[in-house]
Order: sequence, then C-alpha cells, then structure tokens
Amino acid sequence: MIKGKIHKFGDDINTDVIFPGKYTYSISDPKEMAKHAMENLDPEFAEKAVKGDVIVAGKNFGCGSSREQAATCLKYAGIEAIIACSFSRIFFRNAINNAILAIVSKEVYDFCVDGEPIIVYPERGVIQVRGKEYNFPKLSPDIMGILKDGGLIEHTKKKLSK
Amino acid sequence: MGATLTEKIIAKNAGKKKVSPGEIVTVSPDRILSHDNTAAIIKHFRKLGVEKVIAPEKLVIVLDHVVPAATETYAVNHKEIRRFVDEQEIRNFFDAGCGICHQVLPEEGFAVPGTLIVGADSHTTTYGAFGAFSTGVGRSEIAVTWATDEIWLRVPESYKIVINGELPPGVTSKDVILKIIGEIGADGALYKAVEFAGPVVDRMTIAGRMVLSNMAMEMGAKNGIIAPDETAAKWLFKHGVSNFEALCPDDDASYEKVLEFNLGDLVPQIAFPHTVDNVKPIDEAEGIKVDQVLLGTCTNGRFEDLYLAAQILKGKKVAPGVRMLLFPASRNVYSQALKNGLMEIFADAGVIIMNPGCGPCLGAHEGILAPGEVCLSTANRNFKGRMGSTDSEIYLASPAVAAASAITGKITDPIIFM
Repeated sequence: MIKGKIHKFGDDINTDVIFPGKYTYSISDPKEMAKHAMENLDPEFAEKAVKGDVIVAGKNFGCGSSREQAATCLKYAGIEAIIACSFSRIFFRNAINNAILAIVSKEVYDFCVDGEPIIVYPERGVIQVRGKEYNFPKLSPDIMGILKDGGLIEHTKKKLSK
Repeated sequence: MGATLTEKIIAKNAGKKKVSPGEIVTVSPDRILSHDNTAAIIKHFRKLGVEKVIAPEKLVIVLDHVVPAATETYAVNHKEIRRFVDEQEIRNFFDAGCGICHQVLPEEGFAVPGTLIVGADSHTTTYGAFGAFSTGVGRSEIAVTWATDEIWLRVPESYKIVINGELPPGVTSKDVILKIIGEIGADGALYKAVEFAGPVVDRMTIAGRMVLSNMAMEMGAKNGIIAPDETAAKWLFKHGVSNFEALCPDDDASYEKVLEFNLGDLVPQIAFPHTVDNVKPIDEAEGIKVDQVLLGTCTNGRFEDLYLAAQILKGKKVAPGVRMLLFPASRNVYSQALKNGLMEIFADAGVIIMNPGCGPCLGAHEGILAPGEVCLSTANRNFKGRMGSTDSEIYLASPAVAAASAITGKITDPIIFM
C-alpha cells in the first residue's frame, strides 16, 4: 500500500524541470539527486515531499531526455507512485526500473486536489482519493517483480544469481 | 495484412515471422550506445554481479556531452570510462573530440538499415534516417543489456507521416519537423513508431532526414524511421556500409494513423519557449532580440547546416553584443568545413568556433545563459532552464535562421540574405 499526499502538476512536465541537465554528470548520489527534484518548476518540492507521496500529473509526464535521474531523484525524494494522463515512454520505463509505480489515469487527474491524501493499492489495482475508488489494470508479474525487488538492477541481479 | 518497417525490423530481431502492435517481445540489439553517462552505467553494471559485458563488440561509446571535461568530476568520469573500455576490450570507443554520438555512430558505419539499436540517449531515434530501428532507454536498462544481451520492447503502433510539396528556398528539414511538431503536439506520437515518407522526404539529403528522425523524439515517438533508398545507400557506401538487408514497409501495412502535410508554402518556423511544440511562423518572432546564437548539436551540426549558415554569414559580421557559437557535429564535419573554407568565413564573421560535441545544449558548459538572456538555437529542446538560468529563454530554429539572426541581433527571416 502507498499512502501519502498528492503533488499535482500540469501537462508536459519535462526531464529538465524534474532534474536539470547541468547536474546529470556531476551528481551521482541519489540522496543528493533528491535535493534537486523538480528544481526548475518548484524549488521547494524536495522539502515538501515525504516518503509515500504521490505525483499526479497531466499528459506526457517525463518528456524529454532519457536521463534516468529524473525517476531516481523522485524516488529518493519519497515519491512511490506517479499517476498521469499519459507518460513519455522512456520515463515510464525509467519509473518502473526505479521501483516507482506508474499509472495512467485521466479520471484521477481531473478529480484530485493538490496536497490532499491519496492511497494506492498496487496489488489490487485500486486508487482511493476524496472518498472515491478508481481501478487501474493489474500489473504483469514481471513488472510487479521489478517493483517488489526495488528496481530493475536488483531484480536482474536476483535473476542472474539463480 | 502487411507489416510496417518498424514491425519488420523488430520481428526479424526477435526471430519471429510477424509481430503485432502491443505485443511484448525480447530482442537482442545489434548496437548498444552510451556516452558520458557510461560512467553511471558502469556503476549499475557492477551492482549486477557480472564480470564481463556479454557482447563487447556491440557497444559503441562516444564521449560527447561534456568534452573536454569542464570540471574534475567530469574528468574522473571520463577516466573511469576509459579504464572500463580497456578492461572490457571495447573496440568502438570514441574519445573527446570525435564528435556527437548521433553523428559519429553513422559516420563509423554502425547505423545499418534493418538493424536494431538502443542507446542511453533519447535522440537515439536519429538512426531511423538510415532505416534502422533505434530508440532511447535509461541507464539501468543499458547496464542490464550489457549483462544479458537482451531487452524487452513493446511493439509500437505505427503512424505514417507523408510530407508533400516542394520546400521554398530558405526552408529546411528543421522547419518541416518544427511545423509538424507544432501541429500534432509534444505528445502527438506518444509511444508510436513514426514512419516519414513522401516527396519531400524522398528529395531530402541524409543530413536533412537525420533532423526528422532526431526530432521524432520531440513528438513523443519511440522511433522515427525512413525507408532506405538510393540516397541512403550512397551515403552508407561512402561510410563503409554496403552489406545490408534493405527492409521496406509493405504496401498493405497497417498504420494507426496516416498524417499528410502539404508544405509547398512553408516559411521558416520558430519554437518559442519553453516547449518544442510552441511553434509559430517566423513573422511572429521577427525582431525578438537575441544574446546568443547556437549553431550545432545532434540536430543541426552537420556539414550542410554549416554550409547554409556560412553562405549567409559570408562577408558579414555577427552583431555587436551577440555571441554566436559553432559546434561542428563531428571531427569529420569540422575537417570538411575547414577544407571547404567555411571556417574562414565563420572566423571572419566573429563566430566563436568550438570543439565537436554537445556544447551548451544541455546546460553543462561552453555557453550557459544568464537570467534574462535569450538564445536562438538549432538544437532540439527549449525547456525552461535547459541551457542555464530558469529565467533565460531558448528559441529553436534552422541553421539559416540562426545565421541571419546572428547578423542582425534579432530573430530574422534568412530570405533577406539569400
């Protein structure tokens, strides 16, 4: 279960505002990355976000660069799920590979309010917000495995050691 | 029902007769690209508990993003990459100064039609210009691909974009792709395989086609492919590639959408800050003052881009108060420009001639913007804060517009210099 508050953003949130390019080859510590999460859009984001929080955004979330730190910095800032009307495809993969649940839902985006509480049940495919329940398609066992193992690297390590 | 070009390449690589959109397949890429981010990929790779890269001959590593190293941190990263290259016996390593990966990889003959290429860079889509399926992924996935020689892909639905007409003078492939992105939006082809076709594409040079495939990324596409033809074959032959299977889409291939554009009366296009789809015709931008002009990047740093800009700058000067930066896309481009007298034109005009590489495009070095500054760039992204201050602005345009604007100090239609 993921339980936290909502950080709501608009359409086309790109990787340069999530994690500025100037840090891409100079910061390698994920905790340090987290301090710069969303810096070009909301410099106070890293302060406000706590573990279990959820980002809800409009269309094309994560567009732009393939830089994986855009997902890593959000993960280490505490974000455990991102619900968006649509995702940029590279970011979608990066989110899963960094053990962030990525869910497509326009209904939740339209209905939810920034700062309010939200609960997500990954196994059941249920989102609770403002007293309402929304369903999302259950994840494939492979994707669930990556999320449970804490990301693609840990997941692959486990598989290779078998 | 026939297959699209993308479906054919994925099916061939996956060892299947046919694949359908939505299907998840496991492929073994023919080439695996990484650049300065190789240092970070190495760290992920080490965590996997694997000693050796399975197929080191598939790797292509190009140092281009921050070259030469701007700080000690970058220098240490580059050193670590060189050490890894030796340790793993990676033959295809191109050190600082060779050029931008998306130019070097084709020049070295690795962008082979019908092959499947993955890269740790979003603009890996560029090799679609040669009829390859190529797409970007994250660092973890590249590390895992080094270790397993496999990656999963979802077979994308295909869009066909047909470009008709004859482009007027001063209008380039950059204007074409900006126009299309402006029309369909930054997510207009999200997750889709985009196939470019039509008379305009048929007549385009390889450099022009590379602009289309490069910027397919900016409409959200998974790849941006063009069926290889005589033009591609000639270019490839010159770069040592003659033995390939030229796959083409079937006549009865199924496309989710076919989009037609008639661009016979197209004018130069400008992407306004801060999104690539915020595109307007040049008359709405004319007169906007610029502080910096950037000519180069993986989008527009090729010989024909430099040639076009040099024809406009010949005998003229960059306006006082304007910095015009030139980054040739590769050492080959640099050398060709030098031998053809272009560098003399640029130097005489007051252009700052830099080394081959990505330059300030991603905001790491070599031309960062201060608050309030405006940059006219030939790159592919204008996101807020990308090239420096979050209070700076980036306008995207063609090399012709860049050269004309450098002369006048404000965004200018190049037609007055032609």
